[in-house]
Amino acid sequence: MANVQIKDLDIVLGGVSILKSMNLEIQDGEFLVLLGPSGCGKSTLLHTIAGFNEVHEGSIHIGGRDVTWADPKDRDIGMVFQSYALYPTMNVERNMSFGLRVAGVPKAEIAKRVARAADMLHLQDLLHRRPSQLSGGQRQRVAIGRALVRDAKVFLFDEPLSNLDAKLRAELRRELKQLHKDLRTTMIYVTHDQVEAMTLASRIAVMRSGVIQQIDTPAEIYARPANMFVAGFLGSPSMNFVEGCLQRTNAGWCFASAGLHIPLDAYPFKSPPVHEQRCVLGVRPESIKLCEPAVAVHGQATVSLIEPMGSSQIVWLQVADHTLSVQLEAQASPALDSNVGVQVALGELSLFDAGTQERL
Amino acid sequence: MNAKTHLTQPLRRPRRAFFSPARMGIYAFLISVSAFFLLPLYVMVVTSLKTAPEVRQAMLFAWPANPQFGNWVEAWSSACIALQCKGIQGGFWNSVRLVIPATVLSVFLGALNGYALSFWRSKWGDILFGIMMLGAFVPFQVMIYPLVAWFRLGGFYNTYWSILLVHCIFGMPLLTLLFRNYYVAVPQELFKAARIDGGGFWRIFLQLMLPMATPMLIVATILQLTGIWNDYLFGLIFAGQDNYPMTVQLNNLVGTTFGERRYHIDMAATILTSLVPLAVYFFSGRWFVRGIAAGAVKG
Repeated sequence: MANVQIKDLDIVLGGVSILKSMNLEIQDGEFLVLLGPSGCGKSTLLHTIAGFNEVHEGSIHIGGRDVTWADPKDRDIGMVFQSYALYPTMNVERNMSFGLRVAGVPKAEIAKRVARAADMLHLQDLLHRRPSQLSGGQRQRVAIGRALVRDAKVFLFDEPLSNLDAKLRAELRRELKQLHKDLRTTMIYVTHDQVEAMTLASRIAVMRSGVIQQIDTPAEIYARPANMFVAGFLGSPSMNFVEGCLQRTNAGWCFASAGLHIPLDAYPFKSPPVHEQRCVLGVRPESIKLCEPAVAVHGQATVSLIEPMGSSQIVWLQVADHTLSVQLEAQASPALDSNVGVQVALGELSLFDAGTQERL
Repeated sequence: MNAKTHLTQPLRRPRRAFFSPARMGIYAFLISVSAFFLLPLYVMVVTSLKTAPEVRQAMLFAWPANPQFGNWVEAWSSACIALQCKGIQGGFWNSVRLVIPATVLSVFLGALNGYALSFWRSKWGDILFGIMMLGAFVPFQVMIYPLVAWFRLGGFYNTYWSILLVHCIFGMPLLTLLFRNYYVAVPQELFKAARIDGGGFWRIFLQLMLPMATPMLIVATILQLTGIWNDYLFGLIFAGQDNYPMTVQLNNLVGTTFGERRYHIDMAATILTSLVPLAVYFFSGRWFVRGIAAGAVKG
């Protein structure tokens, strides 16, 4: 159990600056997910915490101890890799106990810890198999078990589920969440999958080009994204963006674009808005409702495409010169090419500056 | 049986014609290539079993009237090399004494080099590897005299240690290349996992990377075993009289003449000398091919 502090971290790999003065504090027992597209530096950050990349500037503390220059083995970490990285010549039991044997832990203690980890991960029957005789999900369980037996203070996960098929991924994701609930150990998890991030994290750090764009709880990031990048990265189908401008009317502020007119009385502006300011409206597909065209509240639209998803359906609307996606329950069945009215949930909107793309 | 059940019968693989022109061509090629390699062996074996008068009849392919296995015993234990009449058994044991340590040592060092170059990347690693590869392309005859001069300076020229060292040095470029290519294909994550588990340079090498490279170890061992056993030049130059390997002894035996040439004894001695590499190829052919194929794909 330990917290992790990263202060003013600079990482330069092969002459290229990957991270620049990064600051990050991970609480004891927290499940932090580093989320971002490939090449955003999230894996580099994780591997630096593990001690595989040289720190150019700044420091890393684990459990209050400065480990900036410590060897990977001296950092009290356990790590799980995307490719499992199991030792192919050793069976499951010896894979899990390798680290303990290196550390010279007594045999009885090794047996106890391996048995406990195997019990947690349902590996009891597989202890004498080689990695090549296991399925992908079993291999990743063994890799998690290998990290568990070390009794590490911090667990690092580098896209552990990316090599698994969709069904196994969901299964193992749930097991990981259960594991964190049982162990309450600090976990840092790298992924580019927003579903994994949303389901697992206590906090998500969304990264782009080596910079953390926003770090907060999944609910907060989903509801109030800090900029258009974060807004577009989380959520599936992704958030609708509509370009328009702010207008001051007698009734208060409102957002206006071709075909949409939305009052913003309830919107918590960070700074005072400016009349005729160019901006982008962000609205989640589930925040839009359809209604009769006659009572259209915020705009008129035509239904252009319907994608049934089983439990729900995605309806694509043509509003003036742009499209909106709307998520509806499966029962609602608007007709194709029919005219509908659009109603937006006013409390679930996001507004971004058209130039800086930052939240207003 | 009606037409319907006839249709549901599983189709057989169409039988290939045994005597098509293409097949005949393939067999003709295979047979002639086999003959090319097997006929000399046949002549050697047959000649080694003949008596001296039979050899003089110059009927190269004739089967001996009365096979003389005594020739082999004589070549092994009592044929004369210069003034000593002890056969080539001394050379055999010299070769064994040399080949085993030289093979083990050079393969171990090659694996170590390949491992260090692939995983413990240092600033000079790539340059060092480049220089080593360059060394593989310089004809080794160029290096013989400087090596002789150095060894003499070091005071161990013409000793067992000098020949052992020479074989290790000249095996290094190829072995390093083999193992480096093998280890480069191993994911770095595996190495990182071992580092987190606390493995140091030697532990990761000995407990993880060396056992993982078993196919490559077998290939490298075969290469070195046969290469060093068959070597003549280095043995002649560096080993010194007491350590002459079997190949050098064989040459001396063949070169020793008392009046008449005893071809049957020469042949028997040659067969004895080539038995070891023959056996190695015979028993390890599968591994050898596998290793060559692996090297070809990954290299």
